[in-house]
Amino acid sequence: MPAAGTAGRAALGIPTTGKVGLDDELGATVTTQGTWDHYACEGFYDELMQAPGMPRTGCEALAADLEALGGDELAARQRAAEATIKEMGITFTVYSEEGGMIDRAWPFDVIPRAIPEQEWRRVEAGLKQRVQALNLFIDDLYHDQRIVADKVFPQSVLSKSVNFRPQCVGVDPPLGIWAHICGSDLVRDRDGTIYVLEDNLRVPSGVSYMLENRLVTKRVLPELFEHYAPLPVDDYPSQLFDTLAALSPRPAEYPEVVVLTPGIYNAAYFEHAYLAQQMGAELVEGRDLFVGDDDCCYMRTVDGPARVDVIYRRIDDLFLDPEAFQPDSILGVPGLLRAWKAGNVALANAPGAGVADDKVVYAFVPEIIKYYLDQDPIIPNVPTYRCMEPEALAYVLEHIAELVVKPANESGGYGMIVGPAATQAERSQFVQRVKKDPRNYIAQPTLGISTVPTIVKQTLEPRHVDLRPFILSADRQSVTMGGLTRVALRKGSLVVNSSQGGGSKDTWIIPEGAGAQSQAEAQSFAQSQSQSQSQSQSQSQTQKT
Amino acid sequence: MLSRVAENLYWLARYVERAEDTARIVTVNANLLLDLPKGVAPGWRPLVDITGANALFEEYYKDYGERQVVRFLLGDERHAGSIVTVLAAARENCRTIRDSVPREFWEQINGLHLFAAGELQKGLAKTGRHAYLRELVLRCQTLAGLLDGTMLHDQGFEFLRLGRYLERADMTTRIADVQSANLLPQTDEGRPYDNIQWVSVLKSMTAYQMYRRSEQIRVQRGPVLRFIFKNPQFPRSVRWCIEHARSGLERLPRNDTSLREVGRIARLLDGADLPALSQAQLHQFVDDVQLGIAALHDEIAATWFPPPSVVEP
Repeated sequence: MPAAGTAGRAALGIPTTGKVGLDDELGATVTTQGTWDHYACEGFYDELMQAPGMPRTGCEALAADLEALGGDELAARQRAAEATIKEMGITFTVYSEEGGMIDRAWPFDVIPRAIPEQEWRRVEAGLKQRVQALNLFIDDLYHDQRIVADKVFPQSVLSKSVNFRPQCVGVDPPLGIWAHICGSDLVRDRDGTIYVLEDNLRVPSGVSYMLENRLVTKRVLPELFEHYAPLPVDDYPSQLFDTLAALSPRPAEYPEVVVLTPGIYNAAYFEHAYLAQQMGAELVEGRDLFVGDDDCCYMRTVDGPARVDVIYRRIDDLFLDPEAFQPDSILGVPGLLRAWKAGNVALANAPGAGVADDKVVYAFVPEIIKYYLDQDPIIPNVPTYRCMEPEALAYVLEHIAELVVKPANESGGYGMIVGPAATQAERSQFVQRVKKDPRNYIAQPTLGISTVPTIVKQTLEPRHVDLRPFILSADRQSVTMGGLTRVALRKGSLVVNSSQGGGSKDTWIIPEGAGAQSQAEAQSFAQSQSQSQSQSQSQSQTQKT
Repeated sequence: MLSRVAENLYWLARYVERAEDTARIVTVNANLLLDLPKGVAPGWRPLVDITGANALFEEYYKDYGERQVVRFLLGDERHAGSIVTVLAAARENCRTIRDSVPREFWEQINGLHLFAAGELQKGLAKTGRHAYLRELVLRCQTLAGLLDGTMLHDQGFEFLRLGRYLERADMTTRIADVQSANLLPQTDEGRPYDNIQWVSVLKSMTAYQMYRRSEQIRVQRGPVLRFIFKNPQFPRSVRWCIEHARSGLERLPRNDTSLREVGRIARLLDGADLPALSQAQLHQFVDDVQLGIAALHDEIAATWFPPPSVVEP
């Protein structure tokens, strides 16, 4: 970076004496000088700054480099990123009120969210542990149900689970794995603890955006990227392919892997097409497939029927096979479950894997890990009250104003209540609902989820984020380096969904030692090095003569 | 290659060809009408006749005026065959198979659709129409060139070509049928406009110059019909389209029934003595050729495309 860099670096200097930031009223004019001095990150854990003007240990260099770039330059990079996204056609689909659908450009913020590698390795191990236990749990539920017999997991929860599929009882999927692709949502609370908020074991999405975010960042922040060398995420498609190929019923041959999409009107269609393309797999719809009399699955091709070995299905269980589940589904393939049970085609994730995706089951994950692996969870659950337990229920009803109460089987924030934000009337209405069906509810304290600096016009302001890493499981396990960081772009908002004003960021797992210096420092150091070198060289020459 | 993808590619090509052909006939008709005396000129109705969508047209418009017909053909969203609608359909088709075509192709289709819809008002105004249509034709041609030059010449490529040639052959027969029926009455003395109208038939297919080079006789009914139906070198003649459909089909598996249909159409064309046909006989002949093209389409669909979706009870 040119002269501006060094100037900015000088301006940062030593952290100011704990002066409280003046929030964002100061506007653009002051931002290039001492950006971080006025960064209002108190009250929450900020991933980059521990206090105004004071970067976290290990993040000093990144903070300095961002400051050196300056507000105007960062805003220009942000515009470049947005133009790139449009040009590359990175979109997501939203449904409009008129019933149509709109393809929107993917919202993205260029300031990366950084996590030191050492911390990440622990998270990675925790995620592997968790998914391994969940897979054992699912397999147990569809076989002997030992965990229920041993009274670790209540029968009543199982019998009321809407995602338990009786059709899957006794089935042995390849390698005994049910949830091959898992997306777990992580959040960090005020004190810095990382929690698992939920596990998505059905058809988790978002990974294509993780990959595209990385491409965009490489284009618009190349110098920082090069300097910090975050661990790569680009191998996900090939790891996904290997995971899927490992499930093939015909391992000796080159397996035919396909991605099954509900079609172009699905919100995640972009991702389905993207992953198919990246893996070199066919992108198929239900009507492209059929199950023959031999209980094998075929796709209709120009050359006639072609056998399919592995289906990465992005269709919900209930729409998968009208013969076995919802008879009026036109998205699925009649007989598919039959072919899967016969072991002639692999389905990822396996039907019925969603049983472990229930928010009440979530509350039992620490026990599940203990039961199957005899280990303590590496990443904790958010403390969770199970309303099915009378003591917990009493507590929840009394403290509903402080808690978030969620139903077991809804996603996307439906049917839940955020106590502090609700009115008295809403709370009492919700209390009635919980009393009626306590098994269906869990409650958690409201978390103060962490923030990351985000570009707002020409300034940086803290915005709340979560993180969705993806865990692949087959013959071996792998976890994405980081994952998809989603950010609530509205000030104060905790809603990170892209359909509701959420955006995303690139996630950098920074190797230890990388970027220990800011780039500006590194450059000036390199310069002085070469100067002193040439000096000593000329000296030695003088001596020789 | 997936059957659904093959079908999408085929229709994608048909839609683009239809847009291009429609743009051509509108341009030529506008030029022709400037040369014909008011009162005897056939006006704009023949263009709707060519598309065969008269019933739909009459549902929405009182008369076949220039403004109405041009709007109907260029930008009426209620008309599934209007340029704006077919290009939207082409884009939608392409979106579902983005992974099978070169990236530039998708960008071109996307741009073409945006242009056709975004600049429509200019196209509807008399002064802007020529430029609008010219741009449309050029962009369609660009697409064809892109595919030829950048796409794998694989099965998908053959389905694109099949779609294009069937649509083009069909359009050529329609133009010939309608325009020859609408020629000014034969009894007209001197018939100074006869020549102009056959010239415009040729121009509807950008065939005028090529006709001149190839036939070297004055423009009149018999040779023109022979040229647009049977010339083996002119890429918009029915014979040429069918011959190239054949060479594409030969590269596809399980092609025997489709090739038989192609043979039938080729024999029909080869056996016809077009200059000798009366107007009624010509109409019958065109009908037969069109039925043949429809039968060929059905064979292609039955052999390679997915079965029609089962209608839910």
